[in-house]
Amino acid sequence: MGIVSNLRLAAAATGLIAATMFVSTTAFGAGDVKDPDSQDWHFEGIFGTVDRAAAQRGLQVYLEVCSSCHGLKQVAYRNLTDLGFNEEEVKAIAAEFDVVDGPNDEGEMFDRSAIPSDKFVGPFPNNAAAQAANNGALPPDLSLQVKAHIGGPDYIYALLTGYTEAPADVEVPAGANYNPYFRGSLIAMAQPLWPDGVTYSDGTEATIDQMAWDVVNFMQWAAAPEMEERKKMGFKVVLFLIILSAILYAAKRKMWSNLDH
Amino acid sequence: MSAGTNQTGGTNSGLVKWIDSRLPVFSYLQKEYAEYQSPRNFNWFWNFGAILTFLLVMMIMSGIFLAMQYQPNTALAFDSVERIMRDVNFGWLLRYLHQNGATFFFIAIYIHMFRGMYYGSYKAPRELLWMLGVVILLLAMATAFMGYVLPWGQMSFWGATVITNLFSAVPLVGDSIVTLLWGGFSIDNPTLNRFFALHYLFPFLIFGVVVLHVIALHVSGSNNPLGVDPKGPQDTVSFHPYYTMKDSVGLAVFVTIMAAFVFFAPDFFGEPENYLEAAPLNTPAHIVPEWYFLPFFAILRSVDFDILFIEAKLGGVIAMFGAIFVLFVLPWLDKSPVRSAKFRPVYKWFFWIFLIDCVLLGYVGGKPTDAPVFGGVESFQIIHLGYITTFWYFAHFLIVLPLLGIFERPKPVPKSISEAVLGGGSSGAAATAKPMEKA
Amino acid sequence: MSDDTQDHDDHSGSRRDFLYLSAGAFGAVGLGAALWPFISSMNPSADVLALSTTEVDLSQVEDGQRITVKWQGKPVFIDRRTPTAIEEAESTPLAELRDPETDEERVLTPEWLVVIGICTHLGCVPLGQKASEDRGEWGGWFCPCHGSHYDTSGRIRKGPAPLNLPIPPYAFLNDTSIKIG
Repeated sequence: MGIVSNLRLAAAATGLIAATMFVSTTAFGAGDVKDPDSQDWHFEGIFGTVDRAAAQRGLQVYLEVCSSCHGLKQVAYRNLTDLGFNEEEVKAIAAEFDVVDGPNDEGEMFDRSAIPSDKFVGPFPNNAAAQAANNGALPPDLSLQVKAHIGGPDYIYALLTGYTEAPADVEVPAGANYNPYFRGSLIAMAQPLWPDGVTYSDGTEATIDQMAWDVVNFMQWAAAPEMEERKKMGFKVVLFLIILSAILYAAKRKMWSNLDH
Repeated sequence: MSAGTNQTGGTNSGLVKWIDSRLPVFSYLQKEYAEYQSPRNFNWFWNFGAILTFLLVMMIMSGIFLAMQYQPNTALAFDSVERIMRDVNFGWLLRYLHQNGATFFFIAIYIHMFRGMYYGSYKAPRELLWMLGVVILLLAMATAFMGYVLPWGQMSFWGATVITNLFSAVPLVGDSIVTLLWGGFSIDNPTLNRFFALHYLFPFLIFGVVVLHVIALHVSGSNNPLGVDPKGPQDTVSFHPYYTMKDSVGLAVFVTIMAAFVFFAPDFFGEPENYLEAAPLNTPAHIVPEWYFLPFFAILRSVDFDILFIEAKLGGVIAMFGAIFVLFVLPWLDKSPVRSAKFRPVYKWFFWIFLIDCVLLGYVGGKPTDAPVFGGVESFQIIHLGYITTFWYFAHFLIVLPLLGIFERPKPVPKSISEAVLGGGSSGAAATAKPMEKA
Repeated sequence: MSDDTQDHDDHSGSRRDFLYLSAGAFGAVGLGAALWPFISSMNPSADVLALSTTEVDLSQVEDGQRITVKWQGKPVFIDRRTPTAIEEAESTPLAELRDPETDEERVLTPEWLVVIGICTHLGCVPLGQKASEDRGEWGGWFCPCHGSHYDTSGRIRKGPAPLNLPIPPYAFLNDTSIKIG
């Protein structure tokens, strides 16, 4: 499982109370789920950053494929400037969506084009509508999916690339699809990514693996847009605290050397 | 740089004198923190009182600023937390500090408690000091539990459902109690609202009990690694600057470790599932509480059998609360006249066994009950390990400690701290004659 | 540090002082820096800042009509002034004004006056947006709280308010719409 990446981070941080870590990371039972392979993500590690080119392509995958069923309600269009889009591009992306606004002076709700300050407009007005359109299954909002699973990036990548023929002993009912990485291995979502499902403007070949990779990079940014700032600040803060600890320790030794032990 | 400086420095100023003669805050600080005589032989485990004080202040601070942004309404709570994470200036920092602060508060509180157990800090005349500490633990648990509900994620909701349902085990009035706690017939908006109000209140109660804890401490004085009371000035140093400096070192190191998690692995101790918004009709596959509750959760689940007329459900709840309440009577269960495990050859072993037992309980609490403990041995399941560790938890307090008090033969205890610290035996007298400080 | 005198020129004494001083300085700097995020969190957040501009469609506003729009939570008065009102505003000698400003300085085009509708005295919203309301002695706005009178350029003429109604930053996007902020 993606505990590996968790542990790697923790080891970088410190090995405090190993016992409790063991407990908290093994809290989830595996069941009959296939463990995702660990990928080498650009955003991992204490110096990891967002791969903006991949994340921009990932946005395209989200907009052209995922967004027909999945919302992204925690992210605002204006946030896309983080990924390197300029304000005009952000306006253009936002303008493709309609939001309900109002009431106007006549008391009526009305549609208008989305503006950068709006949150991503989802495909369905509410959960009931989403379920009604998807045979009762609720396509989860993608804003936080990376954080909502242990080893989120690896899991989602494995899930998107892991659709395969069901083994002979597994009966796949109508409306379900076989995916060994999904808990219970039967998933309502049909295989979403197919070769050349999108046409990348930067000429990257749109293989299934490439699109999955890109969209996971995008989703990671969407789930933790503060990551780069957090790590950058963390580096300074931890360095400062180490120096402070060292100075205090030296001062303490000096002070206590006045005492007989 | 000695305590003497502060004395004159503190009361030199006319304003300070004026205030102090009307409200003796300065002479109080002077007496209780500067001149306060502490055993000279504290080890680093004595840092955790100061660390906990710092953490409590940090939690209250970050909590107050988070409360300015948070919306205690089921329709808004989850999104308002995400807004804090994304839009509020440094909101992610406040939130991650608060979230990891809870974890590190419990790390510190548990180390503080085990230190007390190892060195017999609960024994006379410090029984009330210890009991106040247990009260703080209980309040901290209640605070943490209610705080965990506020982000309104899946684990928030289902954790709250499971824990509040514990009270339905109370005979006759159980269901009424649960309805009262909920303010309705399920966990809903009224529940979230009151949890927010109480989550804001409880830390201040904790602060109050901490004040009592410190008052009680300063009546009897601190225990020390030898468990021998100071016999005179040769055994002590003034708290300031010696221990303020030592505490600063420990605090800085502790905060460094905490910062590493806050900035580089902020969700390490959290449950991923809590990043999914609460769905009252859809229980997650595997509900686990936060790691600091796991040992108690394990005890709760391990009583899955009826005891005489007590049903399993009630039995589990009694066992879980009993596991905390047994701590209140610990000073009277341990009859040994010797405090420190240094001089208790048998207790020392049982202490470590008990510590391992608690870690195992934590492990049990985080696993499904029917999972095998070792791969390959299907018949030995987590629940069986739960029976053993739960039994041992109570046996340690109720059987081992009373018996040790009768049968254990402690090693000879040094007459004084200075004797042990400054080279033992007959040189003790010489040591006491030496001046304390070079200057 | 009173006992420093004893080992003043002692090497270990100066090393000790250096350690204590740098420990104190580092600790103080750290504590100060740690406070900033807390205070900064109270400033407007990114989502609030993102809403700090408002676009207004003026095509429906008739001659002499005043409308109120909300910008950053504050009322903005937009007045399509009549030629008489413009004439009054432009012909007022600066000497009569408490806060001297020409009308020209306060508008982009004389036809449209855009001011923040908050009395500069103590923050009430002046009357005068509807023709039925009291517009004060100079036909602009009248603040009911403490009786401040504003003229057709939103300038203070009488009463306790010290300053003219402030002009928000705005620009014409085209002939019939403006963007405030």
